[in-house]
Amino acid sequence: MHLTINGKDADLAATTIAELLAEQGIDPKTRFLAVAVNGAVVRRAEWQAAALAAGDNVEIVRPFQGG
Amino acid sequence: MTDPLVIAGTTFSSRLIAGTARYPNQQVMLDALAASGAELVTASIRRISLEGYSGSLIDLLGDKYRILPNTAGCVTARDAILTAELAREALDTNWVKLELIGDRELLYPDVEQLVHAADELVRKGFVVLPYCNEDPVSCQKLADVGCAAVMPLGSLIGSGMGIANPTAIELICSRSPVPVVLDAGIGTASDAAQAMELGCDAVMIDTAIAKSHDPVRMAAAMRAAVEGGRLARLAGRIPKQRFAEPSSPQLGLVGS
Repeated sequence: MHLTINGKDADLAATTIAELLAEQGIDPKTRFLAVAVNGAVVRRAEWQAAALAAGDNVEIVRPFQGG
Repeated sequence: MTDPLVIAGTTFSSRLIAGTARYPNQQVMLDALAASGAELVTASIRRISLEGYSGSLIDLLGDKYRILPNTAGCVTARDAILTAELAREALDTNWVKLELIGDRELLYPDVEQLVHAADELVRKGFVVLPYCNEDPVSCQKLADVGCAAVMPLGSLIGSGMGIANPTAIELICSRSPVPVVLDAGIGTASDAAQAMELGCDAVMIDTAIAKSHDPVRMAAAMRAAVEGGRLARLAGRIPKQRFAEPSSPQLGLVGS
């Protein structure tokens, strides 16, 4: 399925956010992680169930240094 | 705690909010934050690297400090609101330092979008602390839409130029219904002290500490300056006058 992940095009087998994270090698238990799909935050509790659709725009973020 | 800073019902004993960026390394940052006495520290929200994904420095800070996420770099209200919502999810906080940049070179706030985004975030339940212009009208508009504090700039972000318009900052402080946090432009300890003397409730400092020659020592200097400036503000300075006024007694001079 074709997705945009953090601004980059990707073709992945994942159909949920949990699968997407696994496919990207990201432990879903990682603290301070947040995900948005098409401009809306998807809560951590919904990652297992949240279905992805072709063309979805996914943002995966964490806190970093800042002023 | 005799003189706490209170923002949105939360009490802080330190009036210094510290940034976490631009330090030479993580250990210096941790030591400097400890020396600053700050309880509230800022962080940005960024896309994780999909290649070589690794831990975040927030892992080191999250349990020791209250994290204030920012929306640094956002140029549209939409992006800033999404960033705030992601920050709330990532950090489990509804506090946000709202930055909406209107000029990528000057990093000057876009007041029109800032007020709009602040209004929407307040309605969504956020505690909004906007980085804003040093302009009493902008600050009033932000307070009117429900911001928990205002963060007027002293001078351009990272410039170290100090407080370019102290009269405006003093005016804002004298009229603001919410706490005033001087943000951006502080270069050295005297700037931080001046902000507090002008009536600011707190100061936000990043670059002036992180990029100094000795960040840990500068953090201690900033802490002392903020405390000194606050005490001077509470004590009440003497009025300025154009003539000398002898401090020693006029009577009993030797030889007179």
